[in-house]
Amino acid sequence: MNALLLLAVVVSAQDTTKGKEVYVKWCAGCHGESGDSKGAAQHYMLPQPRDFTGAIYKVRSTATGNLPTDADLMYVINEGLPGTAMPAWKARLSDAERRDVMAYIKTFSSFFSDTSQHPQVLTFAGEPSGGEKAAQIGRQFYDSIGCRKCHGRDGRGDGPSAPTLKTDAGDPIFAANLHQNWLFRGGSTTDQIYHRLRTGLDGTPMPSFSDLLEQKFLTEEELWRVAQYVRSLSPEKAPEVRDVIHAPQMAGALPVSPDDSAWSKVDTYYFPLVGQIIRKPRWFAPAVTAVWVQAVHNDSMIAMRISWDDRSQSPDTAWLKFTTKVLNIMAGDDSGPVTAELWPDQLAVQFPVKLSEGMQRPYFLMGASGDPVYQWRWSSAPRRAVAGTARGIERFDSLAASGGFHGDAVYDKGQWRVVLTRALATADSTNELQFAVGRAIPVAFFAWDGSNGERGARMAVSTWYFLALDRPTPPGTFISPVIAMVVTLGLGMLVIVRAQRRGGSGGARRA
Amino acid sequence: MRRFGAVAAVGAGLVVLALAVARHPAGAASDGATVTGKVKLVGKAPANPAIDMGEEPKCKGKYTTGPVDPAVLAKNGMLANVFVYVKTGLPADAKYPAPSTPVEIDQNGCLYHPRVFGIMVGQGLSIKNSDGVLHNIKALGKKNRPFNISQPTNMVTQRPGFTVTEVMLPFECNVHGWMHAFAGVQPHPFFATTGEDGSFALKGLPPGTYTIEAWHEKFGVQTATVTVKAGETKASDFTFTAK
Repeated sequence: MNALLLLAVVVSAQDTTKGKEVYVKWCAGCHGESGDSKGAAQHYMLPQPRDFTGAIYKVRSTATGNLPTDADLMYVINEGLPGTAMPAWKARLSDAERRDVMAYIKTFSSFFSDTSQHPQVLTFAGEPSGGEKAAQIGRQFYDSIGCRKCHGRDGRGDGPSAPTLKTDAGDPIFAANLHQNWLFRGGSTTDQIYHRLRTGLDGTPMPSFSDLLEQKFLTEEELWRVAQYVRSLSPEKAPEVRDVIHAPQMAGALPVSPDDSAWSKVDTYYFPLVGQIIRKPRWFAPAVTAVWVQAVHNDSMIAMRISWDDRSQSPDTAWLKFTTKVLNIMAGDDSGPVTAELWPDQLAVQFPVKLSEGMQRPYFLMGASGDPVYQWRWSSAPRRAVAGTARGIERFDSLAASGGFHGDAVYDKGQWRVVLTRALATADSTNELQFAVGRAIPVAFFAWDGSNGERGARMAVSTWYFLALDRPTPPGTFISPVIAMVVTLGLGMLVIVRAQRRGGSGGARRA
Repeated sequence: MRRFGAVAAVGAGLVVLALAVARHPAGAASDGATVTGKVKLVGKAPANPAIDMGEEPKCKGKYTTGPVDPAVLAKNGMLANVFVYVKTGLPADAKYPAPSTPVEIDQNGCLYHPRVFGIMVGQGLSIKNSDGVLHNIKALGKKNRPFNISQPTNMVTQRPGFTVTEVMLPFECNVHGWMHAFAGVQPHPFFATTGEDGSFALKGLPPGTYTIEAWHEKFGVQTATVTVKAGETKASDFTFTAK
């Protein structure tokens, strides 16, 4: 009876027959019918889907090399793996379905039925309180334990070993950009970062640092400081997309240099980019995840600073093998094989040629033959910025530079910062957008990481957003609130004083 | 007192047993047979690629000439770093205890030493960093569980080793993508790695007929069948061809 009951519990908790049904329907397309990652979609994603036959998992609570716990597997099924094609399933499948599919996934590897495997769940001391110095101390250990070798001096994944990194399967893999914690595979919190430091990300180059504690090379608190430092590199909250870039009007000259201190006072707008998967050759492995945009204008010019993280200053021969590997993996796409070359990094900022009165905008993907767009294009090599007309992805005609169009760029520890400037009005109003204050100006962005094999249609794209050149704020806007406050305060005081006089027992009088 | 005596007797017995085991390590009985031989390489050995250690001056400084990845070590037609081992032929029920001393692998000059080595199932692995620069040590077991640990400085880390037979189990460092080593995990002690002169010796074999396999990271495997009688020494050479 007891045995029967136990059996019933086991069956209801994890049903691999039902799990298989869920798996075949929802998972096999990427992970393959037999769990070996040879699914129909394998050439359309990088990182590649998990091969379940080896039972090697990135996100665990257990020591390196150990199997994950059921809870570890459930976490990834529930939450997905940010920055990869693996979605969160908690809202799409029922609790029972997710548990069943987890049980079924384990059947792909004999390690899970090997009774000699005893996954060791690591136990940790809790996070020490942060404080101002925590990140600073963490930075020292970040340097001393060599994180920068892969993750780079400032953590943007641009370390000297970054171009040679590969997974156990030999696929190219990026070192995580530690400034974008919303894309961390195992979660964004300090606690989750600390877990990854202790467990490593098995199957990737990221090792476990637990041994260093056992050997007293580091204390647990010191390793927590590294996690706190890494967490401090990303913003408090994941950035949110705001549709309209507000460009304030400045008096005097605009900041034309990418590192002009004036930029630090200008609001920054975040725009995520995705792979271009509409036109062939499609691109499923974009390296540039987002651009951060600022804009200012004065009575005659506009300046726009676009910043984005890029692990390589392309072209860079150190990355050529990486480029080849990326292109080989993605070659299953219908576009056919491509030979890697030393391509530059590129950026395009796109506007309509003319501002329309209605909501009509050209096709976002670089317009069309009868419906051109006006673009600013910047390239790292040869280092130049050109303005021109695009009529679809394939056709770009540069325009004779008018309006003093100019670009200036710096590459600094894994980040490009490019400033593009132009006169608001130009002589060629037929082909060049005339920037108008107070209008909603459609704008879109495109980026290429040459070292990731990106060129032409193999690029990262945004949708249309808007740019608004704000009118100067009338001085009254700032002064009138102050006057209002003074008046309110004064009136308030008057009321109090009157009330006290009437009551005849004011504390002020006794004092 | 009587209890103490009993404990002492058992203890002494254990010591004697331990000595006996030490004197006659598994299989190395006095009448053990030996298979010895040389591994040759015919054809032109491919050039070993140069390694750019510019990012690691501490390692680069250990070389007087430009460091190369020593994937093929051939001298006078003899091939080193070939793992030679008994693949089949041992009694099915034979059990060979792992030595208590671990195998040591050293990271020195941003290369592994040894590059090719044997280790018994259950034998410890001692991982040394003589470079004082960050290495990660990734063991890419397929039959064994993998692991990936870090050594940011001069240090030694003891690992429990491996649980099942695997030929070969690759090691790599991801900080230095050129660093590779290969472990042959065996349930018995009848294995050897060829030295500079290409020679090997498998000693202490019980009489029998064995399949001997020779493995090289670039040239693949060769096998030979050898029958030995008690106390006999037989030669079995292998020849790899460079294409």
